[in-house]
Amino acid sequence: MQPFLTLVRRELGICYVSLIGYVIIAAVQFLLGLSFVIVLRALVNKPFDTPVTEAFFNNGLFWLVMLLAPPIITMRTFALEKYSGTYETLMTAPVGDFQVVLAKFTGALCFFMSAWLPLLAYPFLLKRFSVDLSVVDTGAVGGTFVGIFLFGALYISLGCFASSLTRNQIIAAMNAFVLGLGLFLLSYLTFIIPPKPGWQSVVLQHVSMIEHMKDFTRGIVDTRQVVFYVSLTALFLFLTLKVVESRRWK
Amino acid sequence: MSATPMIEVENLTKRYGGRAAVRDLTFTVQRGEIVGFLGQNGAGKTTTMRMLSCFMPATSGTARVAGFDVFTQADEVRRRIGYMPEGNPLHLDMRVREYLKFRARLKGLSVARSRERVDIVTEQCGLGDVANKVIGTLSGGYRQRVGLADALVHEPELIILDEPTKNLDAHLTRAVRQLIKDVSKDRTVFISSHLLPEVELTCTRVIIIHQGAIRESGTLDELQRKMSAGQQVIAELSAPVPDLREAWEHMAEVEHFDIAAAEGSFHRCSLTPRAGVDLRPKIFELAKSRGWQLRELTRTRHSLEDIFVHVTKRDQEET
Repeated sequence: MQPFLTLVRRELGICYVSLIGYVIIAAVQFLLGLSFVIVLRALVNKPFDTPVTEAFFNNGLFWLVMLLAPPIITMRTFALEKYSGTYETLMTAPVGDFQVVLAKFTGALCFFMSAWLPLLAYPFLLKRFSVDLSVVDTGAVGGTFVGIFLFGALYISLGCFASSLTRNQIIAAMNAFVLGLGLFLLSYLTFIIPPKPGWQSVVLQHVSMIEHMKDFTRGIVDTRQVVFYVSLTALFLFLTLKVVESRRWK
Repeated sequence: MSATPMIEVENLTKRYGGRAAVRDLTFTVQRGEIVGFLGQNGAGKTTTMRMLSCFMPATSGTARVAGFDVFTQADEVRRRIGYMPEGNPLHLDMRVREYLKFRARLKGLSVARSRERVDIVTEQCGLGDVANKVIGTLSGGYRQRVGLADALVHEPELIILDEPTKNLDAHLTRAVRQLIKDVSKDRTVFISSHLLPEVELTCTRVIIIHQGAIRESGTLDELQRKMSAGQQVIAELSAPVPDLREAWEHMAEVEHFDIAAAEGSFHRCSLTPRAGVDLRPKIFELAKSRGWQLRELTRTRHSLEDIFVHVTKRDQEET
């Protein structure tokens, strides 16, 4: 346990001590602020029946953050250690491979979530300056954060996997982005292929991340979706572990 | 001290694809020894060290550190070794103290113990002045010390150093060498190097590896003795050339000789013995019985460099 915590602390240390960590946070805040302004404008012009949280996620900037931030946060994890050679000192310390993978994942996920924290201020701002107190629903805000967490966990694990495959950070980020984008674009299949009876449409429905997030932002946390994200996260962590272990097979 | 050797390597082989980087390595390092692992670039030094430090497993064969198998008991082994890889990779964004503490905690030391040990190794490696500096801003010599401090921080029984003085200037090399000597007092050290003086000055025993296999092994004296056998003897004698010629031709142990004039009435004879005999006592006896004056009698002595070149050249000729 101690090596794990030491490694998580180190991972977080890199993020919060280096400039790149703050650049990521600033960029995320900028994009989120921008989408907040867009939602506010829409709210002022005409009342709408969907929850604010849903309106917020419906605009593209939200997805931009979701898809771009994890690859940039995780590109460093394994690739930099391999590049600088510290991978060797790390792997010859009395630490298990699984601990290393889990620590890097946890560190990146904590940082990712911390970049979203200022988002919590938005509902309060809305409540404070809005006449209609029902505009923000606590359940919907909670659901949104659960969604962000689950989605983030999946994309961070995917990023760790991409980073473990190479010693070049740029390639790691690119791979993670392309893989992540591919996974995300599966959502659009439900729009392209007209729904018809049969299992195909059901499968598409279940892999559509846009649909998932729509539920989350309405405050609905469906176990099927939780299982979907958690199992995929576990899969990518497992693959990362295998890549890390692969030095033993070569 | 227990009787189990620090390192036991048996028939260790590592293949990358079809190419063997290390072939059938067998050697033992006793506790308290400082062993130099000598070889040219690409001879298999780093591969061997990586296997010993549990970074990667062997294709076949076994290696034990302090009696623990490096493959099946990797955690036990890792706790007992301090490994400094080639090129001494460090986290350049961290401060020296912070880094050492991080490493100490990673290696399982408690908070109090890690603080204590970090203080000790900082002092031991002369890092007191730079303890709060960012590693990336340090010079090569200091970085090397940080790497060494990291290897020492958890009080390992065995230190494995891969090319510890690579890319250092002469002055720093000397400082690091002294440091290695200091820390080796109470532990076993296994150093790899392609620099001969390095090994000659620090190590008690040398293992020469070439193209993935061990060529020679022994203390420096043993190697020199081994090499000197069959080596030329130089004798300067004051005697007429025909007499000398006749004497050498009749001495059965002399395979080949050369006679050259030296100053005065002396002649310089270079004699190559047959089958590794030492010619010196015979020559002395001869000079005494014939009443010749003898002013020099030496056997060419080998530096480690000669031994190394000889061993590796012999191999190249064989292959």
